[in-house]
Amino acid sequence: MKETFYISSYITVATGQVFVNGQLGYSSTADSFATFVKEAVKNIQVDYPKFYKMDSLSKLAFAAAEYLLKDMPVEEDTAIILANRSGSLDTDYRHWGTIREEANYYPSPAIFVYTLANICTGELCIRHQFLAENAFFVADNYDSKSQHAYAEYLLLSGKAKRVLCGWVELFGEEYKAVLYLVEQTGVLPHTIEQIDQLFLI
Amino acid sequence: MFKPIYISEVNCVSPLGMDLESNWAALTKGESAIEGIDIGMLKEIDVARFADRPALLDDSLSFLENIMLHAALPLVSDKVITARTGFILSTTKGNIEKLASGSVEEAELGRLAGVLAQRLGFVSKPIVVSHACVSGLLAVSVGKRLIQMGQYDEVLVLAGDQVSEFVLSGFQSFQAMSSGPCRPFDAARSGVTLGEATAAAWLTDRKSEGIVQIMGEGAVNDANHISGPSRTGEGLVRSMQSAFQEAGISTGDIDFVSAHGTATLYNDEMEAIAFDRMGLSGTPTHSLKGYYGHTLGASGLLELAIAVKSLRENMLIPTKGFATLGTSKYLNIIQDLVPMDLNYCLKTASGFGGSNTAMILKKI
Repeated sequence: MKETFYISSYITVATGQVFVNGQLGYSSTADSFATFVKEAVKNIQVDYPKFYKMDSLSKLAFAAAEYLLKDMPVEEDTAIILANRSGSLDTDYRHWGTIREEANYYPSPAIFVYTLANICTGELCIRHQFLAENAFFVADNYDSKSQHAYAEYLLLSGKAKRVLCGWVELFGEEYKAVLYLVEQTGVLPHTIEQIDQLFLI
Repeated sequence: MFKPIYISEVNCVSPLGMDLESNWAALTKGESAIEGIDIGMLKEIDVARFADRPALLDDSLSFLENIMLHAALPLVSDKVITARTGFILSTTKGNIEKLASGSVEEAELGRLAGVLAQRLGFVSKPIVVSHACVSGLLAVSVGKRLIQMGQYDEVLVLAGDQVSEFVLSGFQSFQAMSSGPCRPFDAARSGVTLGEATAAAWLTDRKSEGIVQIMGEGAVNDANHISGPSRTGEGLVRSMQSAFQEAGISTGDIDFVSAHGTATLYNDEMEAIAFDRMGLSGTPTHSLKGYYGHTLGASGLLELAIAVKSLRENMLIPTKGFATLGTSKYLNIIQDLVPMDLNYCLKTASGFGGSNTAMILKKI
């Protein structure tokens, strides 16, 4: 059952910068996440009206995935395995703000639907038409050991042909995304050590 | 290719009972936990909630933490916990009510997992699965898969969610709440009833301890809509196909289906279409939401625990709230308590974000 898998593409989004396969792909001086993420997506000529309806976590995941996948072949069977620390707390806090006072009680379905961490994986599946395996995990830090094992299970079992893995963390103006694709061919070996390296960028 | 994985023990805690046996007794008597109560600004709302919050094991912990420990402790008490014992927590909102204290960190799911792991004596790093309404069932898949990959020898899967104003207000804003107790698959169904519960399962690769074998499972996204199920049931169909392919059995082998059955118009219709596409229309099928309401991140594991009990007792549980079929495709909805020789069960769940999970169990 020993088969070797590779990381075929990887990306980091943090502090106004996007690194594609280790190279600076986009940099912005925007003073807010909202402006930065909008400009980052515009920078690669993405026209996707649903983007503007997303919450911040989904926008982060969306932008990171656009950069990750833009030069990669289409593959419907791409599983998405994401993790973060705050879950959907950024939007949870907004929803809570709409119900905390009786005089100001106006819960909104457009906000409430994003009070689940896995909605961002759903957004990516819709955007890229990935009819594939999904899982969303919450942890204080990226659990590279478990994520490595889980991605390899999906590939070894034949439950996925390719796996999009990574971290999409956002709360307020604090954000970081590290995404990578795992498949049968690629530039870097899919090892726990290599995954940890990606998080050093 | 991968070694078989078994469930050796299950437990659950709900308003119907503080352990599996009392829950089973209540279900066989047809008792429902749903009743109309006031919650914060919401008046006379139908929910399945602990009426008198049971005596807390530890008042330094939240109510949710207490009932999660209550479900887990009987499974953990006779086990030797090592670094090779995994702990997987399933929840959608965890201690979300702690937002009211003004501390966002208090509401972090990782913090909840840390508290529970410490109380239960786990030394491995807890894993939290937070994947909408499929979380409880998906967490079992995650545990199975990680044992198969050699990361663990055994895994405790623990699931829980509670009824909160946070979630109730959101479902109300969606106009997804049932008027009156929910009625899964019924022609007069009008939405969900929310509930709270916790459930636990012990997974192992030791056949001698297994009471059921996890024959196959899959969790495929619809890639269709973030808050509405696919009209064709595509993701659920592919999840079931993945489970059947792994299990190496045919749909005709399934003795009963424990469906998701939230009682929203679209969910139940989607499931009926998916089961029809799989050739499962004639297979006895139920939803337990009429007893427990929708317990969100707990539901998949709660209903799996009851399915395990059904297999062992050779007894089918009827679908409370169901009278007249209200889906475009035929389903063989279980309407009476039926004693029957049971060997294989298919459990499914679906949820927001286009998520689906299916799992096939075989009685040992």
